[in-house]
Amino acid sequence: MGSASSMLTQYDIEEVQEHCNHLFSQQEIVCLYQRFCQLDRNAKGFISSDEFLSIPEFVMNPLSQRLLKMVDGLNFKDFVAFLSAFSTKASAHQKIELIFKVYDSDRNGKVSFKDILEVLKDLSGSYMSDEQREEVLGQVLKEAGYSKDCYLTLDDFTKVLGHSGVKMDVEVPVD
Amino acid sequence: MNSTGTLKSSSSELDLDRPNIEDYLPSGAAIQQEPRGKLRLHDLLDISPTLSEAAGAIVDDSFTRCFKSNPPEPWNWNIYLFPLWCFGVFLRYLIIFPTRALVLTIGWIIFLSAFIPVHLLLKGHDKLRRNIERSLVEMMCGFFVASWTGVVKYHGPRPSRRPKQVFVANHTSMIDFIILEQMTAFAVIMQKHPGWVGLLQSTILESVGCIWFNRSEAKDREIVARKLRDHVQGTDNNPLLIFPEGTCVNNHYTVMFKKGAFELGCTVCPIAIKYNKIFVDAFWNSRKQSFTTHLLQLMTSWAVVCDVWYLEPQNLKPGETPIEFAERVRDIISTRAGLKMVPWDGYLKYSRPSPKHRERKQQNFAESVLRRLEEK
Repeated sequence: MGSASSMLTQYDIEEVQEHCNHLFSQQEIVCLYQRFCQLDRNAKGFISSDEFLSIPEFVMNPLSQRLLKMVDGLNFKDFVAFLSAFSTKASAHQKIELIFKVYDSDRNGKVSFKDILEVLKDLSGSYMSDEQREEVLGQVLKEAGYSKDCYLTLDDFTKVLGHSGVKMDVEVPVD
Repeated sequence: MNSTGTLKSSSSELDLDRPNIEDYLPSGAAIQQEPRGKLRLHDLLDISPTLSEAAGAIVDDSFTRCFKSNPPEPWNWNIYLFPLWCFGVFLRYLIIFPTRALVLTIGWIIFLSAFIPVHLLLKGHDKLRRNIERSLVEMMCGFFVASWTGVVKYHGPRPSRRPKQVFVANHTSMIDFIILEQMTAFAVIMQKHPGWVGLLQSTILESVGCIWFNRSEAKDREIVARKLRDHVQGTDNNPLLIFPEGTCVNNHYTVMFKKGAFELGCTVCPIAIKYNKIFVDAFWNSRKQSFTTHLLQLMTSWAVVCDVWYLEPQNLKPGETPIEFAERVRDIISTRAGLKMVPWDGYLKYSRPSPKHRERKQQNFAESVLRRLEEK
């Protein structure tokens, strides 16, 4: 399904659905496609950073730059696969996996103290000093039984976040 | 409240007194109750609310919705209706369109042959000249409206010429101005356009009194504010029409009104315009088509149907800020025309939102973390 045409065939929809493990209904995929075409102004087949940044609500989000790196230049199939973690049908594990990926920016499968600090910096901006962030993080890590030099893996994340569940759902508005 | 101070031209002026966007955003954003209890690792690692908001914005956002032109549902889908539709196309493009183009040309000829002499010869008799030019412009706008077979229903009392009043309306296309102008010659504040539209602006619209602005110039705002104030004080000037949204919106939503029109210390008369999409969508999507293409599209459709409501004049209430006043008038207009209000500044079409919004979120997060750190 190379370049984005404005018509999705049934075959295309099924292919995309397969790729996202059936986490979106066919109708939702059609709606996502309309949204994709709306954002992809010159029908290049992917949405560029600039086009994402034309959504004011997205720009306002503290984690927008991190998400942008993950979502920039994706074609429609991968775009849907990325968003599938936010589907109501997605499992907690899939959601935790996405959260892990956001932290693990260098994709080495482990999240270091520094990685978490980076995300904290995005979230708190200039309202916390670096020392404050280190202190807070060090303290909660210690209480949870990890040291500052520990690397957290996906299993650790699952252990920490899995208890109370992760609520990360986005509804696709179906016209 | 008479604001005699000058408007600050720095971009921070745009944000400092904006109403809180969080008040308008869908309840999903507000649902996060204040987290309580001692801070744990889980709380720091769980970025799911923030991620959900970002993904929600990617999937659908209220700003882009304002500028979406929804294509009409095709109705020519069967063997009986399709030939009928083809016949309609033939009629519209080959018979009606040339007739309209002819009517428009005749109108231009009449207008120019009356306007140019009056403009040049009656230079000394300003008042008479202005009255004649006013009627001529109204007539020309009537010709324009006829050239798209505009079916306009005006409700409410016709605007009267008095000093210390401005008219504000919601904005869907440049034809808004023409539709209102055919009823009453307004002076208008507009962005200077290139091409033939610009030519029209500098020659004919000058006669009814127009104020130019340039969106990209920051200093411009001060100059424009001064010009506005001067204009409304003058007794003989045409009533001033302002489109406070600052950009064309798709006639289903209204974006935030700029407060410039509301701090001139005069009465604000709201006008609501609602187009009926039955034959054509009058929304001028300036990203997708030029004004010429837009006009041609209108001229090859059956008709442009719309309602115009002249609403009750409003004054600044005691204790009300201009921004609150603007929002109140926006509410009046939106209710009358059946439009939804969104909290975005129309100029975000051309620029990014200020970092202030993100900073506010960061501040909330930081304060919450530090507070919970202290709790036992």
